[in-house]
Amino acid sequence: MNFDAQVFTQALVSGVMLGGMFALISIGLTLIWGVMKIINFAHGEFLMLGLYIAYFLVANVGFPPYLTIFITVPAVALIGIFIFKVTINPILKDPVMNLIMLTLGLSLILQNLALVAFKADVLSVRTAWTKRVIDVGGVVISVSQVICLIGAILTTLGIWWFLKSTDVGRAVRAAAQNPAAATLMGIDVPKIYLLAFGLGSATLGLAASLMIPFYYTSPTVGLFLGLIAFIVVVLGGMGNLFGCFLGGLIMGLAESLGAAIFPGSLSRVFSFGIFVLFLIFRPQGVLSRRQA
Amino acid sequence: MSTAKRYMPYIGPLILGVVLCLLPPILDERWKLIFLLVFIWAFLAMGWNILGGYCGQHSLGHGLYMGIGAYLTAYFFQSFGLTPWLGMIIAMAASAFTGWFIGWVVFRYQLKGAYFALVTIAIAEMAVYIVSNISALGGAAGIQEDIKYGIAWLQSPNKAVYFYAGIGLVVGGLLLTQYLSKQRFFYYLQAVRENEDAAEALGVDTVKEKIKASVWSAVWCALGGVFYVQYFMYVGPRSVFGETISVQILLFAIIGGLSTVWGPFVGALILVPITEITRSELGTVFQGASLLIYGAAMVLAMLFMPYGILGLAKRLQERYRNKRSSNNLAPRGAQPEGGEAS
Repeated sequence: MNFDAQVFTQALVSGVMLGGMFALISIGLTLIWGVMKIINFAHGEFLMLGLYIAYFLVANVGFPPYLTIFITVPAVALIGIFIFKVTINPILKDPVMNLIMLTLGLSLILQNLALVAFKADVLSVRTAWTKRVIDVGGVVISVSQVICLIGAILTTLGIWWFLKSTDVGRAVRAAAQNPAAATLMGIDVPKIYLLAFGLGSATLGLAASLMIPFYYTSPTVGLFLGLIAFIVVVLGGMGNLFGCFLGGLIMGLAESLGAAIFPGSLSRVFSFGIFVLFLIFRPQGVLSRRQA
Repeated sequence: MSTAKRYMPYIGPLILGVVLCLLPPILDERWKLIFLLVFIWAFLAMGWNILGGYCGQHSLGHGLYMGIGAYLTAYFFQSFGLTPWLGMIIAMAASAFTGWFIGWVVFRYQLKGAYFALVTIAIAEMAVYIVSNISALGGAAGIQEDIKYGIAWLQSPNKAVYFYAGIGLVVGGLLLTQYLSKQRFFYYLQAVRENEDAAEALGVDTVKEKIKASVWSAVWCALGGVFYVQYFMYVGPRSVFGETISVQILLFAIIGGLSTVWGPFVGALILVPITEITRSELGTVFQGASLLIYGAAMVLAMLFMPYGILGLAKRLQERYRNKRSSNNLAPRGAQPEGGEAS
């Protein structure tokens, strides 16, 4: 195996870039889990819808890729809110497994609706952004991936600021910590849940717009990315924002270094292996301490 | 309980077996295949039901055990010319070990609910990538079995043989579930499901019982996998370990009625024909229409009948009975006077 310094540096840099993307697609999941303890198995499918919207705006309407943000963010947020209101909200009090089954069913529906509507083709756009790269001493970095990483950092900081420093954010945290007490304090908990779900979905719209210049979309794209998001969220500690970012970086590095070390798709075994070990031995994630 | 009453529940599966055996002459080829799929899925769902239903540990990766059954049988048959009868035993033993090992690790570390579900998905997904990279197992292309007819090779040119074997599996599965459901083991499992701490406090070794359920479930689904591969003569990584397979296995149990003897069969009997017919009628136009139906069924079930068809039926029956008994026992004016009201 030819494992020189340059290959290693390239893998490292690509890993960080990929990690930014992984973190960005996982923020919504960790937020939703943190606030209402739901694992949304349709998370990847929401992202898939966002990617299709972004794709059609760029390829068919002729939007510049990054301007699609103004449509994908509200669109995916509205889809999320609609689905939440119609399906998840009515059974929010049911056992956690029922919600998992429900969202699993939702993911099957969305995936196969996409298959019916858009066929199984893998679609990607080629814009000027796709080719733009920075070359640092032989290590190539794609500009659009840097933008995606910056987007992930800003989104993490933005949501952190929102939860920390605004009244609504404080209400969200209160509702997350103790819904009953929050209700007594006059917080409209159902409305907070709706807001959190909408916000979580909106981050996927953002992710879709930032990913479309260098990524692709297909009906099953959400299957893989959704699993990645679960792994990232577990690595970071469910509900932990900065942990989520760190988890994204770990997964990005594991994917790109794994691909450099292991042949073929065996690197996936490596990624999933990390996930299983974390779930078993450290379900609270990399950052937080074990809760009693 | 009188003897007659104790044996009553076993009559249902036997009647079903007789009825099913009468079907082949009146079914065309297409419906024979549909029924065969009903048998396979019902059997797999019954296996899932032990761990997921009675014990309440919703595994989302039972394709793993089905895959172990299918793959090992096919592998030993193709590579060593071993009869599937022995391959089946090896596969079931291997699956038992896998179920035991996963259960041992996962339940000792008290993984449950969503965490357990995620681990099982990830392990099944790992199996996809591991098997895809082992050339002896055919890599991503999978294993195609050679034709070698005869009872010693568990193969037959006559599809009716598979039909009767499938009936045998389903009826046997129903009888065994019915028997187990009256055993201490299953009562322990249900205690674990309802309240683990209370069960532990009453002296149930919850970890041990959960591991036992995991092993039973694994062996059961491995047998389903053996039947699958002997019928289709082919097995590939995604066709057994894939996420959609694991979801389908549990879907029938959930739609039919969790932790009931008949639930998995009822679920498969209702859903498989619907999806198979849509697949053959609309398959070319609406690729994925069958999975769309599964997804919709799942969502609707969770919204309107989380205990499945049998759970709903039971509840309606109870409501009806309560109404009648309250009418009989408490005629107007005969209610005892409550202290609050006076």
